[in-house]
Amino acid sequence: MSTKTQWMPVIGLEVHCELATNTKLFCSCANAFGAPPNTNICPVCLGLPGSLPVLNARAVEFSLRLAEALNFTVPDKSVFARKNYFYPDMPKDYQVTQFELPILQAGVIDVDGVTIGIERAHLEEDTGKSSHMGGGGRIHDAEYSLVDYNRAGVPLLEIVSRPDIRSAEQARGYVSELRAVLLAIGVSDVKMEEGSMRVDANISLRASEADEFGTKVEIKNMNSLRSLGRAIDHEIDRQAEALETGETIIQETRHWDENENRTSGMRSKEGSSDYRYFPEPDLVPVAPTAEQRAAVRDSLPELPARRRERLIEAWGITLPDARILVDVPGLADYAEAAVAALAGGAARDVVNLCTGDLLAYLNETGRTLAAIALDPAGLADLADLIGDGTLSRSLAQEVFAACVADGSSPRAVVAEKGLAQVSDTGELGTILDAVIAANADAVAQYHAGDDKERKKKRGFLMGEAMKASKGQGNPQLLNQLLDERLV
Amino acid sequence: MNAIEIAASVRAGEVSAREVVEGYLATIDAGNGELNALLLVGEQAARAAADEVDAAVAAGNDPGPLAGVPVVLKDNLCQRGVVTTCGSRILEGWRPPYTATVVDAVTRAGGIPLGKANLDEFAMGSSTENSAFGPTRNPHDSTRVPGGSSGGSAACVAAKFAPLALGSDTGGSIRQPAALCGVVGVKPTYGRVSRYGLVAFASSLDQIGPFGASVTDAALLLDVISGHDRRDSTSIPETLTPVSPTLENGVAKLRVGVIDELTNGGGVALEVRAAVLAAAAALEAAGATIESVSLPSTQFGLSAYYMIAPAEASSNLARYDGVRYGLRVEGENLAAMNERTRDAGFGPEVKRRIMLGTYALSAGYYDAYYGRAQRVRTLITRDFNRVYEGCDVLLSPTSPTTAFKLGDRTADPMTMYQSDVCTIPTNLAGHPAMSVPWGTGADSMPVGVQILAPALAEATMFRVARVVEDAAP
Repeated sequence: MSTKTQWMPVIGLEVHCELATNTKLFCSCANAFGAPPNTNICPVCLGLPGSLPVLNARAVEFSLRLAEALNFTVPDKSVFARKNYFYPDMPKDYQVTQFELPILQAGVIDVDGVTIGIERAHLEEDTGKSSHMGGGGRIHDAEYSLVDYNRAGVPLLEIVSRPDIRSAEQARGYVSELRAVLLAIGVSDVKMEEGSMRVDANISLRASEADEFGTKVEIKNMNSLRSLGRAIDHEIDRQAEALETGETIIQETRHWDENENRTSGMRSKEGSSDYRYFPEPDLVPVAPTAEQRAAVRDSLPELPARRRERLIEAWGITLPDARILVDVPGLADYAEAAVAALAGGAARDVVNLCTGDLLAYLNETGRTLAAIALDPAGLADLADLIGDGTLSRSLAQEVFAACVADGSSPRAVVAEKGLAQVSDTGELGTILDAVIAANADAVAQYHAGDDKERKKKRGFLMGEAMKASKGQGNPQLLNQLLDERLV
Repeated sequence: MNAIEIAASVRAGEVSAREVVEGYLATIDAGNGELNALLLVGEQAARAAADEVDAAVAAGNDPGPLAGVPVVLKDNLCQRGVVTTCGSRILEGWRPPYTATVVDAVTRAGGIPLGKANLDEFAMGSSTENSAFGPTRNPHDSTRVPGGSSGGSAACVAAKFAPLALGSDTGGSIRQPAALCGVVGVKPTYGRVSRYGLVAFASSLDQIGPFGASVTDAALLLDVISGHDRRDSTSIPETLTPVSPTLENGVAKLRVGVIDELTNGGGVALEVRAAVLAAAAALEAAGATIESVSLPSTQFGLSAYYMIAPAEASSNLARYDGVRYGLRVEGENLAAMNERTRDAGFGPEVKRRIMLGTYALSAGYYDAYYGRAQRVRTLITRDFNRVYEGCDVLLSPTSPTTAFKLGDRTADPMTMYQSDVCTIPTNLAGHPAMSVPWGTGADSMPVGVQILAPALAEATMFRVARVVEDAAP
């Protein structure tokens, strides 16, 4: 019954990204996740009477890096503003942010061949974190509330896309590419799950590209790319259904509930609070110099799109593999170091190990590349052993598991466990002859059977041969020798 | 003894800092009950600081240019561990965990912080009657106000509770009480003195400055507190010219303009106008040239100020919400607690300005009020800069009248606001200005003359002030 295909979604995304500066935006407190509550605080980030903010130069430099990466315009001066509203996790009862004159304007990002516009990006301070104790964890029914101000004053860059996004998939692609860029230029660790990157989506529908925008609804609380996609799809369906039945969409903020797989209204934006923005008188305008911009330009690392292209070209790998290498923090660096250390092995095998065994290991253990025992040279060794036929893919998997656990070298593991692949045709022939002799029935059925039966029996004999070789027989040679014997 | 003499004697070991402090403590003890100029006297800390200065002298070390000189602090300046009230109930019991940059500078120079002076609540007022802890009285006549908002600081210097005091000036809060109490008061160029540790009223206008019984004393304190502070982003990074070395250079060939609108304006008392003209004549006699200048935009100064200052204040004072420090009045929910706390903690003038400022910043009104006021501010600055192309300094009254009686202007805020009509334009422009006593009026109360100068031209302004001081009746 749904005729939702007639509705065209218009989507804009607001991405809040915590900048990975050493200190907070306006004071010298540590910008660190996970410290005991209220330990990274001082008179400035607590907004004590008489304290004054001083802008972190590094946060400006990080913004300029993003400007170079995404072709933003950097105005001669940008201005901080106060956004006034009362809330206990905001120590001054105003947030220092940027309003009319943001630090970055009009950037672009390429998402799978489509150019998505970015309206602006501005610097602002994060708030503290409230925990409502007792009741349902919401402020209304809480017995009391606790506030941790460690996060108060942490620098955020809010990146606001133009309403150029047309589907959930494209939204995911946008966030994914933006994340890769932020990671590559070293300004944020962009972890959606830990909240160092937060995405809000503005969604409206219209009947055709020519129509005016419909009433937009803001969706919050998506904490993974997956939930972003699901929330957008759900909201598109909800709005389409509402429009079909002649309902009016109200401009509101809706909360994505991951468990219930639905959005629910939070507060209506009609009659929303008036933030009474005005220029922050305690700070001077930000005016990056040409020298500053040049220094940033000269030190900008290779960007994800360019790096993917280069790796695909150099190693002959697929785009999905290149994406994984570039998207996982440090993985492309690791792979490039391993490829550089190869002695005869193939880059292809390095990439397979990285995107397969290594990534699975990182996901299972939650470790980072910096914390694992197997270094790129070790992984290159493993690829060399695959390349020269010493190890089959499955043997390599076993060796990888041993090496990554304790850092032993692949060659030592191979020697110690006697895992080297048998490629001696004489030895393999003897094994096959024994298998054929012991399974005369199967051989007979093979010869008598139809294609299906032949395939089945052949597989059985191959399995027996591999078993007889303790898994070390070179599979290609075994296959070839078996075929010769079954003619 | 004045501050210069005290410092010289202490440095020379002729008198101990402890003796100096004891002398002033005795004067305070005898007089503060009537004047209510000091909200807190830090006797023990002052004695301990004096002993340290004496120990330094005994050890052959120089304690600095303020050696053993007691300095009173307006009670909106933070001093680690010392109760700071801003003249308000809302900060009840709050002790800052840090010290203001200017207070550190005073201490480093050998000065002795002596106590915290009364003020209009959060520096909002022109008579010190808006203090939650009772009004301060004028030492020349205790039925009259000392001016405000730094009325406590001005009264302390006039009553010899201390040779020097620090105040803050947002629209005249140092100069006007200096004039009404017959002392010297200076509002430096915006950014010359760090605001770090000054509890904000209106951040783009607030500036800390000195009070002294003489121009030379005020110069001494100004030079100690001036200088760049990286903790205040609005503090001026350039090297500053100190004012003390050139104090006695005279005014020969300086071009002095008398501001027509402020001197001959309707509300200016005849005796005040006469004082300004007499001071001008004295400067002319000393070799300066005098002309009358017009600053037409200054007539809009008061209106612009009463948009900009309350707007900033409405935001600066939002943090007094009962959550983490100061007064809390419980309520059935968070919003009720915030409201009850603020209702009980703030006095009527502060509430009036918070409402005014909130309104001026509201969506739909911003351009008409705050936006327009900022444009007026730009015009005033331009007007000043144009006039300064032909003048080195300007003269005007500091206050249109001498000190008024307690209660005289409390009924009508607009009448009270008029007290600052001559001082406000300088704050809007960010320029320096100071008030120097010039005799008394018919009521035997002191009259002040205001000397204004371009940004960072304090050295010139002080040379003029010295000549005016010497010529004053």
